Amino acid sequence: MSEAGKERNVNVSELSSVTVRFAGDSGDGIQLVGSQFASATAVAGNDLSTLPDYPAEIRAPAGSLSGVSGFQISFGDDSVMTPGNRPNVLVVMNPAALAVNLKNLDKGSVIIANSDAFAQSALDKAGYKANPLEDGSLDNYRVIAVPANALTENALKDSGLQKAQVLKCKNFYMLGILFWMYGLPLGPTKERIGAKFGKSPALAAANVLALEAGYDYAETTEIFDARFQTRKSSVAPGKYRNLTGNEAAAYALITAAKLLKKKLFYGSYPITPATEILQTLSRHRANDVVVFQAEDEIAAMCATVGAAFAGELAATGTSGPGLSLKIEAIGLGVITELPMVIVDVQRGGPSTGLPTKTEQSDLLQAVFGRHGESPLPVLAASSPADCFTTTLEAARLAVKYMTPVIVLSNSYLSNGSEPFRIPKLSELPKFDLPPLPAPEDFKPYRRDPVTLARPWAWPGLKGYEHRIGGLEKAEDTGAISYDPENHQRMTDIRAAKIAGITREIPPTKINGPEAGELLVLGWGSTYGAITEAMGEARKAGLAVSSAHIRNLWPLPPDLGGILKRFRRVLVPEENTGQLRLLLRAEYLAEPIGLNKVQGQPLNSDEILAKIKEVLGK
Amino acid sequence: MELKLTAKDFSSNLPVKWCPGCGDFAILNMMQKVFAGMGLPHEKYAVISGIGCSSRFPYYVNTYGFHSIHGRAAAVASGVKLSNPDLAVWVITGDGDGLSIGGNHMMHAIRRNIGLKIVLFNNRIYALTKGQASPTTQPGTKTKSTPAGSIDYPFNPARFAVGLDCTFVARGIDNDIPGTTAILERAARHNGTTFVEIFQKCVPFSDKEFDPLKDPATREDVLLRVEHGKPLVYGTKKDRGIVFRNFRPEVVAFEPGRPPADIAVYDETNAEMAYLISGLSQPAFPVPLGVFRATGKPSFEELYYEQVKPVGNTKEHELETLLSGPDAWEIK
Repeated sequence: MSEAGKERNVNVSELSSVTVRFAGDSGDGIQLVGSQFASATAVAGNDLSTLPDYPAEIRAPAGSLSGVSGFQISFGDDSVMTPGNRPNVLVVMNPAALAVNLKNLDKGSVIIANSDAFAQSALDKAGYKANPLEDGSLDNYRVIAVPANALTENALKDSGLQKAQVLKCKNFYMLGILFWMYGLPLGPTKERIGAKFGKSPALAAANVLALEAGYDYAETTEIFDARFQTRKSSVAPGKYRNLTGNEAAAYALITAAKLLKKKLFYGSYPITPATEILQTLSRHRANDVVVFQAEDEIAAMCATVGAAFAGELAATGTSGPGLSLKIEAIGLGVITELPMVIVDVQRGGPSTGLPTKTEQSDLLQAVFGRHGESPLPVLAASSPADCFTTTLEAARLAVKYMTPVIVLSNSYLSNGSEPFRIPKLSELPKFDLPPLPAPEDFKPYRRDPVTLARPWAWPGLKGYEHRIGGLEKAEDTGAISYDPENHQRMTDIRAAKIAGITREIPPTKINGPEAGELLVLGWGSTYGAITEAMGEARKAGLAVSSAHIRNLWPLPPDLGGILKRFRRVLVPEENTGQLRLLLRAEYLAEPIGLNKVQGQPLNSDEILAKIKEVLGK
Repeated sequence: MELKLTAKDFSSNLPVKWCPGCGDFAILNMMQKVFAGMGLPHEKYAVISGIGCSSRFPYYVNTYGFHSIHGRAAAVASGVKLSNPDLAVWVITGDGDGLSIGGNHMMHAIRRNIGLKIVLFNNRIYALTKGQASPTTQPGTKTKSTPAGSIDYPFNPARFAVGLDCTFVARGIDNDIPGTTAILERAARHNGTTFVEIFQKCVPFSDKEFDPLKDPATREDVLLRVEHGKPLVYGTKKDRGIVFRNFRPEVVAFEPGRPPADIAVYDETNAEMAYLISGLSQPAFPVPLGVFRATGKPSFEELYYEQVKPVGNTKEHELETLLSGPDAWEIK
């Protein structure tokens, strides 16, 4: 096996980061090679960010535009914050993949195409009259046509596999070419393939062979005249793994339960894009994880409330329409003051909307979408790995304050991945439960004087038998009460308890000057794009600061003051202005919106352009 | 040492707020007696209800209790039971709560055979909202929401449960203290989901609903008391019974004490027989009471915890190892 650029004298350029997009039919194994490529770049010491982009249909018609599946990765040094706006390299397995992705490609970018897939029938399905690889329409790009079917068949002629199986390996052939281009080591990936196809050693061997053959093809073929080396990231030393946002949320829930020395109960109903949390947790049942796949969203939430009553760390996950169904039972969680975590992986709405696409449009539903006066804390994760930190914080607040807590993630974070530094036990936050007095002093609604949390006593604890429910409670005793003054007091106490969580919120970090002309204020999944845009803005000498908030309710106590220190505030959001509405209501602020609801994440170019527009530059 | 408790020990001493004469009082007394007889301490009981008159029940028993939201008791209770299978988890519901708004949760709890003791108080009316038709209101009944008479075909709750292959299905009536208590005692000891329907009168809104089944002079002519291994004979004079002909139940009359040779002998393990018998109704047939179905099948919680045993905090499941997974890499 040849190693990086030794045998042939090719030009190696160093880049701070590169964006590669794999695209093909949903049956082409795009997600598989994409994730293998991601792991390889991580092991090579790069920072990275990935985003799969797949159609809502499991198997759309082969070769059709609607069936194109994509996987985008940006990797390189510390500047990598997002999966990238526009790919530098586009790998297409068929004409439809080219047709769908060409509009996002800058001139001069590299297109690597499986030319064997550009037969007339496939061109027809993609709407091409002539073959774009041959008709000159791609002259502004660097097109590398690879007859991957024939090459893979040739490489695997002795594998003993059927032709259909052999052709399935062509994605690894293409991957091998990418490995050569970026000088990635093959070893770790070959091991991973072995593990992934462990049940079928013949298939594992064939994929490894295809990968190596693709690498050698690039090495020996004159059509590849350039290799690239990306700068390594300077991330903190430690142990890392690549996690999607959904996996990170799942591991946070397990971690929280372990810190509490409790079982984790996760009650859920399958819904895109939250299902991966359910699936990840299902693989960890031996670790005191109880996963209950309920009959519907309502039952999932109710069982979660029941598990909280039973004294376990209770959690559920869903997406927007599911959150709507859960809301009645979340109200029960609010009045019974039981701790639970609700992860809402937002997607395009309303209704079924864009089930596989991203949005940030459940903010107001999370903060206000309940019957009655029922405040609860809402936190938002800002990156795939931050889904861990944010979900863990949600669990900590839930048990400390005896309240349901909503975590907002979204499709972009849940499917995207980035390296996650595995924390040491000593680095994790401390979890406190409200003190439980002796049975003779126990009253179900006698509160901790500071946090206003009520004590948590669960069935099985002798001497604490009590009854709770959805009816209004008398202060202290928790008996049913219809007394008007009591309802006012209890409403005020519930609000004060949640408002008191502001004492848990660290000072808001301002990226850039503490005061000035323009503040870009973001929340949730736009963090990477805003940070990238800020880097560009600073390079351009623009006077702009940014801040990103995790605590959406209650809002950080210093936020009102920060808003006043800037002449203008820009709020980029993937909705029509929901945080803006909150800021106006809470602080009488008049922020400017940058609002995108296309099912696609805001990107740094769009944010930078808006910054320039606001600053009149 | 065996725990000695009385029904009084299970009273919460709260004022009971059902209407005077409500059938719920009798059911409460029976349940407190059954709880006391189980040898389980108070803290091992979790009594969970939805919304409706029956769902006030948890406030009146001195155990852990959860008065949840409309229709969702079975779902809340499923979370409790799966979290802590050692608890005796009772679900108290009604015909509206359990079969209308909560029908889906009821159906799936039964399907799973999760260890919930479901008691459905059937008064054939929405009582807490003051008298609208429920899914068990009989056709033609005039209620506030059906002033011209109900045209909905009603559910037969016990048959609904039998149809779902519930492993324990029974029907009692609020005035039959010994019979219904015996049913509840058997339910308390059953492994898996139990579904007990109890006919219960609502004084303001369905006062006369079950009167024909209660008149001591005539009730035995309209009630079929089902018992495992016993012939299906009824009537004040024990002169009628049920036979199966062409797979259909038929009423046969005979000399008292001399049933025909083909008189049906009840078998509570026989799902098909349970389906046919639980479906009988007036006027063509007597109304059956008793245990319709009792059969053994592993419960959901047993299957769940046997399938994957918790490993505890062993070395390979320490948090750091768990978080690292198989794919971690080290940056020095």
